[in-house]
Amino acid sequence: MKPPPFEYFAPTTLDDALDYMADYGDEAKPLAGGQSLIPTMNFRLAQPEVLVDLNGLAELAYIRPAAGGGVSIGAMTRQRSVERSPLVAEQAPLIHETMPYIAHPQIRNRGTFGGNLAHTDPASELPAVATALNARFRAQSRSGQRWLTADEFFVDLFTTALEPEELLVEIVIPPLPAQTGYAFREISRRHGDYALVGVAATVTLDNNGRCEAARLVYLSVGDKPVEAVQATAALIGQKLTAEAIDDAAEIAAAQDIDPPGDIHASVTYRRHLAKVLAKQVLAKATARAKQE
Amino acid sequence: MSTRYFGQRIKRNEDVRMLTGQALHVDDVNFTDMLHVAFYRSRDAHGYIKDIDVSAAQEREGVVAVYTAEDLGDYWQPGPLLVPPPPTIEGLIFHQRTQVPLAKDKVRFVGEPIVMVVAESRYIAEDAVGDIWVEVEALPAVIDIEQALNEDMPTIHDDLDSNMAAHVVQKKGNYEAAVQQADLVIKRKLKYDRGTAAAMENRGIVAQWDAKSQKLTVWDTTQAPIVIRNGLAAMLGLSEHQVRVIAPFIGGGFGPKIMMFYQEEVLLPWASMKLNRPLKWIEDRQENFFATTQERGQVHEAELALTNDGRILGLKHNFIHDGGAYIPYGLTIPLNSQANALGPYATPNYYSEFKVAFTNKPIVTPYRGAGRQHGVFVIERLLDLAAKQLDLSPIEIRRRNFIQPEAFPYNHEIIFQDFAPLVFDSGNYEPALDMAIEMIGYEQFIKEEQPRLRAEGKKVGIGVAAYVEGTGIGPYEGARITVEASGKVSVASGIGTQGQGHFTSFAQIVADQLGVDVRNVYLVTGDTDQFHWGAGTFASRGAVVAGNAIHSAAVEVRKKILKLASEKLEAAEEDLELADGQVRVKGVPETAIKLGSLAVMANPLRGAVRPGTEPGLEATSYFGPESGTTASGVHALIVEVDPETMKVEVKKYVVVHDCGKVINPLILDGQIHGGVAQGLGNAFYEQLHFDENGQLLNASFMDYLLPTALDVPRMEIGHVETLSPLNPLGIKGAGEAGAIPAAPVFVQAVENALGDDAPEILEIPLSPNRLFELVFGE
Ligand SMILES: Cc1cc2nc3c(=O)[nH]c(=O)nc-3n(C[C@H](O)[C@H](O)[C@H](O)COP(=O)(O)OP(=O)(O)OC[C@H]3O[C@@H](n4cnc5c(N)ncnc54)[C@H](O)[C@@H]3O)c2cc1C
Repeated sequence: MKPPPFEYFAPTTLDDALDYMADYGDEAKPLAGGQSLIPTMNFRLAQPEVLVDLNGLAELAYIRPAAGGGVSIGAMTRQRSVERSPLVAEQAPLIHETMPYIAHPQIRNRGTFGGNLAHTDPASELPAVATALNARFRAQSRSGQRWLTADEFFVDLFTTALEPEELLVEIVIPPLPAQTGYAFREISRRHGDYALVGVAATVTLDNNGRCEAARLVYLSVGDKPVEAVQATAALIGQKLTAEAIDDAAEIAAAQDIDPPGDIHASVTYRRHLAKVLAKQVLAKATARAKQE
Repeated sequence: MSTRYFGQRIKRNEDVRMLTGQALHVDDVNFTDMLHVAFYRSRDAHGYIKDIDVSAAQEREGVVAVYTAEDLGDYWQPGPLLVPPPPTIEGLIFHQRTQVPLAKDKVRFVGEPIVMVVAESRYIAEDAVGDIWVEVEALPAVIDIEQALNEDMPTIHDDLDSNMAAHVVQKKGNYEAAVQQADLVIKRKLKYDRGTAAAMENRGIVAQWDAKSQKLTVWDTTQAPIVIRNGLAAMLGLSEHQVRVIAPFIGGGFGPKIMMFYQEEVLLPWASMKLNRPLKWIEDRQENFFATTQERGQVHEAELALTNDGRILGLKHNFIHDGGAYIPYGLTIPLNSQANALGPYATPNYYSEFKVAFTNKPIVTPYRGAGRQHGVFVIERLLDLAAKQLDLSPIEIRRRNFIQPEAFPYNHEIIFQDFAPLVFDSGNYEPALDMAIEMIGYEQFIKEEQPRLRAEGKKVGIGVAAYVEGTGIGPYEGARITVEASGKVSVASGIGTQGQGHFTSFAQIVADQLGVDVRNVYLVTGDTDQFHWGAGTFASRGAVVAGNAIHSAAVEVRKKILKLASEKLEAAEEDLELADGQVRVKGVPETAIKLGSLAVMANPLRGAVRPGTEPGLEATSYFGPESGTTASGVHALIVEVDPETMKVEVKKYVVVHDCGKVINPLILDGQIHGGVAQGLGNAFYEQLHFDENGQLLNASFMDYLLPTALDVPRMEIGHVETLSPLNPLGIKGAGEAGAIPAAPVFVQAVENALGDDAPEILEIPLSPNRLFELVFGE
């Protein structure tokens, strides 16, 4: 379990890092916290010829209020810093609530917010949560920058819309609309494991207490975050009673997702968990929306 | 003898070293001119090797040598049979097929080594492995153990007509006659699947041939350094004195580290001699999933015949044991299953038949419990089912069948893995059961808590299971104890140490005999240049066999001390006492001679050592028990099952354990904690998933789920002490006790939690996914 030989660069400015990315393109991989990349290299599943280490880029490690509200998080911010940030807790409470589900504290100390999203593991919590929150992603290369929505950013299994010479540099989480509640839950085998199924929800109520908008985004049921659009469509305009939520959960599990089966969870078990979790998060998000 | 230390919960002598990184492990051994080894391992589970091309690997810069089976010449030999089948079992069939150093014509499991690469670094060695091309004509893989024995399956060993490796029948009384009298016969099929021990430290070997001194030194993560030394000397044509095997600190053994010989153990010393350079191979975690032995696959067709009042009339089971691709360890595991299916119960009639199946999976050798789990699972499950049918409590049915204290020694009339008849030397089972019921709060749980929690919609359940553990088998161990001039006492023994606390419990035994501080007893173990007689650490035998040898050597040294001191002090031996590192006349402190000074007097620079005496205060003794001694116990636990997710949480876990006299309760608790963690892992987390082609689907800790510190519950531990009559210290082994009954007690509690519509659970391991399937259908 040793990686094959590779070249290693440790730039200290973003510009230098982007130069390396431009020069080596396809052959290079950026190294963030290394919690996913290094094991893949040791298993020889990834064999990049060049590593561009981003750990010297202090300019990419920050959490600050975003221009139009919400919060901006630099790609190299450690997961543990996000978890402990009062600003994140206030502006993006769903992210705050989800962070402890990611691995263990030791891993969150090294692993970065941007690295987790760029890795796009379908079993990762953050891509699903970022989707539910309409996060926006800033990609940068030597020739410029562009903004992507979550739908645009997450393309496929371990695949983002980033070009080989681009880096993810910043993620912006917009504020939740008024009268909006949120919740996250997952089932994993052991503490700290990747989820068998997980789901993030947001629910917005109108002034009559009916559902104005809702998002229900799953992890571990497909190649990327999977949004249960039919389930949430069924909720719009409804009073969110236990029955309404049960029905939506049923639709989500039966129609919106097409989960895989593996040694840890069969298709049937995953669907079952998807239903159980949907009920829980929709109920909790609704309760929170009512308190708003 | 005063017992200042024996029985005390004292901290471990070795912990400071281990916790501060001062304990030598194999990977700490480094030499400047050392080379590194990596293996090309078979990617196919079964097939003929058609071609091996190593030319690109040989040309890679930094590669020093590349070896295939051809290059080994006459050194290429199948490994020895570690434990032959018992000669006394009639009609026994056994086809000895043992592993080879490098696969030659055929590969038989994924991970079997085919090519050995030696290079300047492990990195380069692994790069070179990537350069190797092996063409294999794949054959269908034999994976399922029941199908393995079908006639139309391809044979794994071509010279046999089937995959049956062994067939054994053992009987006591007449089961068929017992059935005629039975009021109830419970028949079930029970399954147990494979796991891996997953020691924290993987295996590793450093071999150093020194041409100038003509000596081979091998650092090896083995549990049996002496046997390795003797075997290597024979294979390499060296004198035993030219070979030194050191088993330093080892991060967990659990059985798989006593497989003689692993392929790497044969290859590294040979290649070191050939290249005249030190070589290192450290198994990585991925290799460990293939290259280290595993255990636990068995399928039992079992039946239990009982009377209406729940008394066992007879037990019958027919089982298949998964032997893996080769069977170097003989029949130890299935013989243990056979013995342990009898449990602590008086079973007048017994019929037990098993077949061992070769499969295209990694080699099977004992792993903590070593087949005992299976036997215990079978009998405990059958008793649970019988109790339900007879409307008895699980506790009552066990109580009614326990062997009674006055019936010991109790002869089960079958042959055990140590070739001796299975005789339980001693035991007293009811006190342990009563203590466990008390500690878990059984009555209160059933009468109050469970109904209350059920009313709240909670699925909580309780389980209680009993077991025996055959421990402390022969042949023998030895020890040499020396009082040094400094007053420190050194103890040399041959058994290896993998975290059991030997440096403390053995020191306690010696300190009490010699009246010294336990911290002044210095143990050397697992170094064949220090002590070269003995068998090794396995089968919960360290404390029993080596402990008693050490005790006996300490008694001899004590005698020498008293004799010499009585001369020097001109006092009768009976009037002397040993305390505070001194020997003195009782009540006359001025007479004290430090043991160190006495040691110098015993090794004079002038004057003669008289005929018939020996210099120094030193003695060597051996202990060889006639047969093993039987430990026992009861586990009880309370679980809560989440009815929506089928996750199971252990709320309370109680172990009451009887291993005779306890040397150090702290160390014993640690043994039990670790065992229960492995037992629960086995019950609910750990499973090796092989696909139909013999590919392991979860060869990493991402997917092979060891319970972590966050998942293992706290345990409450109680002790009962029924002394063994088979050794002077009255002790029994404890190494495997925690792991053995965890599965049946867990299953019983889960069934109890699920209540009336619980499925019958007849398999291990479980998982939330599997429980979901059992409850709601697949
Ligand atoms: C035992 C264990 C358990 C884990 N459990 C979980 C879990 O439960 N949930 C979970 O979500 N994660 C889990 N992880 C993964 C962890 O969260 C990682 O930190 C994360 O997936 C990757 O972040 P990283 O900073 O370590 O990135 P790295 O491993 O350094 O990089 C990951 C990938 O992203 C690319 N990359 C990194 N940064 C950028 C960037 N700025 N721009 C473009 N590409 C970039 C890299 O080139 C690489 O391909 C676990 C990891 C371990 C070791």
